[in-house]
Parts: sequence; structure tokens; C-alpha cells
Amino acid sequence: MRLLFVMLLASTATPAFAQDHSGHAMPGAQTPAQTECEKEAARHRAMGHAVPEGSCAPAAQPAEPAAGGHADAHTGMDHSQMDHSEMDHGQMQGMDHSAMDHSKMESMDHSKVGHENMQLPEQTPMGHGAMDHGAMDMTPIPEGPPPASAGSGPPRAADAIWGADAMRASRNALRTENGGMNVFWFQGDRAEYRAREGGDGYLWDVQGYYGGDTDKFWFKSEGEGAFGEQVESAEIQGLWSHAIGPWWDLQAGVRQDLTGPERTHAVIGVQGLAPYTFEVDAAAFLSNKGDLTASIEAELDQRITQRLLLQPRAEVSLSAQDIPELGIGAGLDSVELGLRLRYEIAREFAPYIGVEQEWKVGQSADYAHLAGEDPSVTNYVVGVRFWF
Amino acid sequence: MTRAEGVATPMSELLVSRRRLLGAGALGAGALALPAWARGADLHGGGSIRPGFDEVSGRDIALTIGEGPRVVQGRRGHAIAVNGSVPGPLVRLQEGQPVRLAVTNTLDEDSSIHWHGLLLPFQFDGVPGVSFPGIKPGETFVYDIPALRQSGTYWWHSHSGLQEQAGHYGPIVVEPAGTDPVQADRDYVLLLSEFTPLHPHTIMDKLKKGEGYFNCQQNTWTDDYPLSGEDRRMWARMRMMATDILDVTGSTYTYLANGRGPEEGLEFLFNPGERVRLRIINGSAMTFFNVRIPGVKFWVVGADGQNVRPVEVEEFQIGTAETYDIVVEPTGEARTIVAESMDRSGMAVATLASRPGARVTVPPLRDPPLLTMADMGMNHGSGGMDHGGDMEGMDHSAMGHDMSSQGAAAEPMAGMDMSGMNMRDTSKLPPDVKVGPGIDMVSMNPVDRMGDPGLGLDKVPHKVLTYKDLVALAPNDDLRRPSRQMEIHLTGNMERYMWSFDGKKFTAVSDDPIRFAYNERVRVKLVNDTMMAHPIHLHGHFFELVNGAPADRQPQKHTVIVQPGGSATFDLTADEEGDWAFHCHLLYHMHSGMFQIVTVAPRGNQPDVKRVGED
Repeated sequence: MRLLFVMLLASTATPAFAQDHSGHAMPGAQTPAQTECEKEAARHRAMGHAVPEGSCAPAAQPAEPAAGGHADAHTGMDHSQMDHSEMDHGQMQGMDHSAMDHSKMESMDHSKVGHENMQLPEQTPMGHGAMDHGAMDMTPIPEGPPPASAGSGPPRAADAIWGADAMRASRNALRTENGGMNVFWFQGDRAEYRAREGGDGYLWDVQGYYGGDTDKFWFKSEGEGAFGEQVESAEIQGLWSHAIGPWWDLQAGVRQDLTGPERTHAVIGVQGLAPYTFEVDAAAFLSNKGDLTASIEAELDQRITQRLLLQPRAEVSLSAQDIPELGIGAGLDSVELGLRLRYEIAREFAPYIGVEQEWKVGQSADYAHLAGEDPSVTNYVVGVRFWF
Repeated sequence: MTRAEGVATPMSELLVSRRRLLGAGALGAGALALPAWARGADLHGGGSIRPGFDEVSGRDIALTIGEGPRVVQGRRGHAIAVNGSVPGPLVRLQEGQPVRLAVTNTLDEDSSIHWHGLLLPFQFDGVPGVSFPGIKPGETFVYDIPALRQSGTYWWHSHSGLQEQAGHYGPIVVEPAGTDPVQADRDYVLLLSEFTPLHPHTIMDKLKKGEGYFNCQQNTWTDDYPLSGEDRRMWARMRMMATDILDVTGSTYTYLANGRGPEEGLEFLFNPGERVRLRIINGSAMTFFNVRIPGVKFWVVGADGQNVRPVEVEEFQIGTAETYDIVVEPTGEARTIVAESMDRSGMAVATLASRPGARVTVPPLRDPPLLTMADMGMNHGSGGMDHGGDMEGMDHSAMGHDMSSQGAAAEPMAGMDMSGMNMRDTSKLPPDVKVGPGIDMVSMNPVDRMGDPGLGLDKVPHKVLTYKDLVALAPNDDLRRPSRQMEIHLTGNMERYMWSFDGKKFTAVSDDPIRFAYNERVRVKLVNDTMMAHPIHLHGHFFELVNGAPADRQPQKHTVIVQPGGSATFDLTADEEGDWAFHCHLLYHMHSGMFQIVTVAPRGNQPDVKRVGED
């Protein structure tokens, strides 16, 4: 390709030093010293060291005035023997190689320097004392707070120009806009028709929140019943939800049972995403009758295609005591295992089909028998999962 | 050369000859004679917003922010338009000349214009709540900008709410006072952006609620991704997605070249043998583009408006808000310019055409990339000497310790057993990083990744630009060694869609800016503790990438991509006094809290210093 550019300024004064020599034949005008330097650079690269392109520039480098003294000091050095295998690179963060001017280091022979077993203490200059780096400044740039002249306090430069009153509204808006927004979310996780022996039924399991990233008001409602009968069970929860980790919220609040014997519960639980992306919701409930119960739910979305998902689901209910009027026995109360196959017409709207098996366990199973119910029920479900 | 003969012109904005502009006084005057849309004409009534842009220049420039319906390739949405088009007009300025830009807001909400990359007094930088109060509905605000201290390719955009996504942006070209070192026969602007029928607040809402909402290239039981079962379990265990490349994708975006969709036929005319300069601006809200002209090598001659030593490449990745100037000598009847979104879910397309209508086949989208080990902060590859974090406990020999360019980083997982790895070892964070729900990952070994070509481009069979290829054409004017260094961590939580600096959203630090003394020279290391690439923008300054170029030739930029799990370092001379925005230029990351204010102390009694662009 012919020369494209008129480089009027510095380019003529500092020829070609920044070109990628690795891909080009070296111009004939290159001095032997530079070629040596390039070889040196290649050896460095082979050792995995970053040698900036252009490091072999001619001495048109006013950046490090102190560096001028190196050329002599480093003559005769050869990095090829340098053994970096023992070097603890992990501690080298203080080294600032970008500021190192390799161009002055022609023919360095590091073999005389004994780099074997080099341990570079953090934040100290490389132990190159014997190498006589002259005035080369390899001390790390100090970390620290800004100097006092940087000032302090909130950023109010614009007040001096436009007035504090004029700035106030936009300043408040900026805070809200950049990280202070609240979100409202409502999800119908399960809204389904349940076909089963002895009378088909229905189930809802919805939740939602309003709030910011860390603190939210969270609500949940779950209930089920059979068609033609009274609602079998229904509850609603109002919770304060607080992020306690990247994936977990701590939730505390109140649950009101809407059917059966009057019950209000204090709730404490955690909800979030477990490793392997299990969505988990675990809570303990203490009722106004002093009964302690708990439930643990877990769901896992397995994507078969971009729109088709298989969702295994498990739910376990526990109780600390027998609660005969609710048909709950102490210990393991019930177990549900479900498998739902859903199709995302949109992310927000996904009809599904599935099957769910419920078992009443232990004393709870006995209560069920006494009530003339089957402690084991299989539901064939069709429903929709949605959110907005 | 003026408008090339025979251009069926909706293309009027495209062909901007420097020679023509030498006599552009008349054009400046023209800007004052208000066209219909600027006289309060109803955009809703008079049809929809035009694609592409006019040009405004001169001592006084008038811009009017309006809104209306917009249709792109049959998809309809609501748009905010300046002077009636998306993108808005090309603002052509002159180095050494002052300019007054009168911006009228006809929206029913506050608006603003930020002049991205221009050095100017902070009160005219255009960030409501930082530099000025914003422009109220019905108001006109005059940006009174003194003699420009720079030349090159820049852009402007709204800094209010999410208006930028809706079309409120346009290009800036500042003509140099002297001879331009880049000589070309044709000079075109190519502004890349996105169109979506969704309201930007809807997008924000979906991002908050549905993790991966816009990702339609997720791992499934039936995908073709080269991931073993072990790899897939490892990603699931981390609660992250290897396919999380861009947050908002071609599933809703139509990618635009100068406001036109890929089927809307944007073309740049050339005569065989001519040298064409393309000023490529990434004016998108959320998209990194891979730009290439299949079969053609070209030269990168400018980055973020500043001239660089020409680098011959065949492709480059451009982060949101970056600009690159390239020079190409197209051959044949036509060549396609492909700007593929980084996740390869769509592309913007333009054609270099030797005659109107000339076309060549547009290549199909390449396979979507995956995040790699390097993106998790376990790179042993391109970083060179900066082994920043401590690596004890990792057995280098077992991993091959491939230090060659990209090396192990290129392999998705490279068969490593990750079971013992703590992906969130918060003890590795400096004490000023606030550990909390907003941090879901800590980069284990955040090496300098400025030698990295960008996600998905490490294995392409041709030369791709990296930051290490950039070398300033003219020497920098501040050669002092930085007096201190600081580290800023880029932090986030993909699941909750929280983004921040040092674990603190802007809401937590709005009264606690990053402070610099006037004229202080500081080395700033940005460490990315997330698996997303972030384009970090500092207003009102250029900083120099510490990229291995000689100290006096470190390239100057206003926006720097920090690769996932890696770091990037720049030297800053804080010589522009006032308060400046500092943020991730992914719009919804900024909106989620990845924003800070940088305060440069007043000059006071300090001696006058030579500034960038001054002789």
C-alpha cells in the first residue's frame, strides 16, 4: 500500500518507532543497535514479558529524563539467561514496567545478576541494586489519597455559576436516575388448572415486589381448591425484603391465612438464587397460636431451546408440632415434586403443561386418612407463568 | 469534489468534502434561517422523523430538540430527534474558533446536550445535576464555548434520563486549524446506533426484572456452543451465563448506520483509486460493534478524535462512545462495511459504492462468542508483566502457563477444574471497595487486557486492532511521571442488574466525588470485577492509555474499554477545573448507578499550564 499520509508534525522527527516491527521487514536504515534491541525485545516476549512495541525507539524519548543514564550501565547485559521461573510475579504489582525504557538497555546480560529465586517484596524496588540502574526510576508510583489542594466536600462547582437553587432539582434528579430507581414486579409463577382423581382443581402462586436494589416490599399469595367447592387453602404474605448477598434476600413480615381456622403468622425467610441457579424460597412461620412451621421451595429452569423450558420443582413442608385442626403432623408434613414444560411466547408469558405429585407424610398422612382423603395425589396441570 | 454526481440523495449528509466546507460560511448563515421543523412545526402531523443528518456550522448554531414517531424497516417507535432527524445534525466546528450553540427544548421534560470529547468550561459540558441545571421544557440554553482547543471526530448526545436511546445524538467534526495530517479524497461520517420500538424505560425495567431478558442466544440443551458438560455446570454453579455478552441485543435492536437499518441502503460513494476517510462513531446506547470491510485492509488513523500513527488492520471493536477514524482505499465495484454487534445478534451495514446502487453480498453473522476464563479474571494471556493480583494457589505448570498472546484466555475454560476457585474472594478488594449485594464477582487475577482485541475477536484469522496498537501521532504535552496512582474497581451484579464503581452506586457517593488537585498528574487503574466489558468515559479531559507506547506517545482517549475480569490503566493530567461526570457509557449501566463525579480543584494561584491542543 502506498504511503497514505502526510505526517507533518512529529512523524518526520521520530521515524517509525511505533510500528509493529514483528509484521514488517525492518527498514534497511535500522541501526545494528536497534536490531539488537529488537532481538532483545523478542527474547523478553518469549519469556512472557510485555515489551511495548516501539520500545526500541531511537532516543527521542524525553519521557524519563533520568533514563538517559542507562545506556552505559546496561551495556553487555543479556537477558537470555534470565530465569524467571522462580520469580514470584504475584508480588510484582508495584512494578511499573510501562515506564521502563527498554530502549536504553541494549545487550543487557542479566545472567550475571542472579535472578534465580528472586522474591520481589511488594512495593519495593526490584532488587537490582547490583545492576546499577543508575537513576532509572523503578520505584512504584505511590498510592494514596489526593493532596489537600484537591479540596473536600460535595461537588458544587456548578453552584458558583448557576446558583445552588437552580442546581438543586437536577442534582436530586441525577441521584434518582443513576441508581436510585424503584421497580414494581408482579409474577404469576404458577396459575394452573389441576386435573386429578376425584374432582379437578386450581392453584395460584403469585408474588411481586416494589422497591430498590437492596430493600423491597415483597408480597406473596398462594392458594388452591377444587371446582365447585370452597377454596381449600389461601394465604397472603407481606414482607420486607433486604438483600444480604449478591443472590439472597432476607425476608421478614406477616402471613395471613384466608381459609380455615383464623391464623396469622410471623414470617422470616430467605429467597434467592442458589448455586446451579436453583431458585429457592425458604421460610419459617410462627402462628398466633404458637405453632411453628416451615416450608422450602426450589425451582430450576432448564432451557431446552431458546423458548422451551423444563422446570423441575420441589416443595417440602415441615412442622414443629402436631396441628390437628389443620391436618398437619409434627416433623415432615408434606412433599411435592413437579415437572413443568413451558413455552415462552414472550419472556413475560409462558403457558405450560406438567405433572405434580403430592404426598402427605407421617402423622399428616394419618390425618388425611381420617378425613377420608388420599394422602397421595397426582395432578396433571396446565397453566401459565407470567410477569410484568 | 462536491456532491458526487448522480447520488440519489437522501445522502446529503454523507458527503462532506473538506474543500467544500472551506467555503461554508453560507452554510452557517443557513443554520439561522429556521426550517419548518424548527419553527414549532408539529412533527407528529408532518410525517415521521427523518433518518440521517444535515450539517450545521458557523459561529452561531441553533439546535432544536423535538419528538415524534419514527419508523425503521417497518418497525415503529417513538423517537427524540434534534432538528428533525436521527441522528441529529452534524455539528461542524473549527479548531481555534469559539462557538455558541443555542439548544431549544420542545419536549415536555428536561433535556440537555453533552459535547462528547470536547474540552470546554465545565458549565457547558451539558450534564444536568453536575455541570448545569439542564434545559427545561420550552427553554433555550446557549452553550458559549470559547475557542476550541482540539480537532477531530466527536459526537454529542443527551445526558438527561434515557433520551439518548431514543435518538438524541449526532456527530461532531472539528476541523483542524492547520493542515490535517490525514489526507483523503472523501470524508464521511458513519455513526452507529440502535433503534428499538421499546421505550427506554421499558428496557431498563426488563433488565432489572428478567435477567437475560434480551439474550436469545442462551445456553440450552440443544445449542451448538463448544462447551462441555463440565463447563456448563461450572457456569451454572457460578449463577452466570457464558453467553452474557451484551445486555440489550438484536432481539429488540435494529442496528443503524447514520440512522438507517441494514436494509435501508446507506452508501458512501467513491471513485476507484480514491482514498476515503471514515469517521466512525459509536453513538449507541448499549452496543459494542465489530467493524470490518470484508476483504479490505484499512488504516486506523484516529482514536477518540486524536490522531494516531496509522495502524493497518482488517477489523476493530468499537466500544460505546468511542470514535475511530479510518482510511480505506476501496477497490472493485462495491465493498460492504459491516458493524456487527459484539454478541453477533445483528449488524449495521453500509456500502462503499463506486456507483449509486452498487452492492456486494453482505456476509452472514458469525457465530456468537462465549465468555472465557480471561473474562472471569483468570487471564494468563495478553497482559504482560502486570500480574496485579496475587496468584498463589494456582498451579501454573498444570495450566501450561501459556503467556503467548491471548493464549489460554482464548479457550473457553480450557478444561480447567474450577471447583476450588472462589469467584468472589472479597479479600482481594482494596478497603475502599464496599462489599455488598452489588458485587457478584471479584476478578481473581485482573491483568492488563489492553492488548486484547475484544470479546470474540481473539481467534479471527486477520489483524484486529488492540489498544496496544495505538500510538499518538503528535507528542503529548505533559511528560511528568504521575505523582500518585489510584485504583477504581468496576463492580456489578448481573442478577440484580446493579452496576457501580467500588461497590458504591452513585446514590451512595453523590456528595463524595473523586477529587484531583489542579494540574495533578495521576495514574488511574480501572479493575473490572465483572464479566462485562465497560466503556468508561471521563468528561472534559483526555487521558493517556498506559498501553506500552513511549511515554510521550501514549494515545489520548476520552473513553476506555475495560475488558471483563481485566484492567486498563491511564495517566490523567487533571487540568480542567470543575465538576465532571465519570461513568460507564453503557446507558443502562450508568442508569443503574455506575456513575461518579470527578472534581478538579480550581486553578487558583497555580501557574498557567500548557493545555492539550495548545502550541
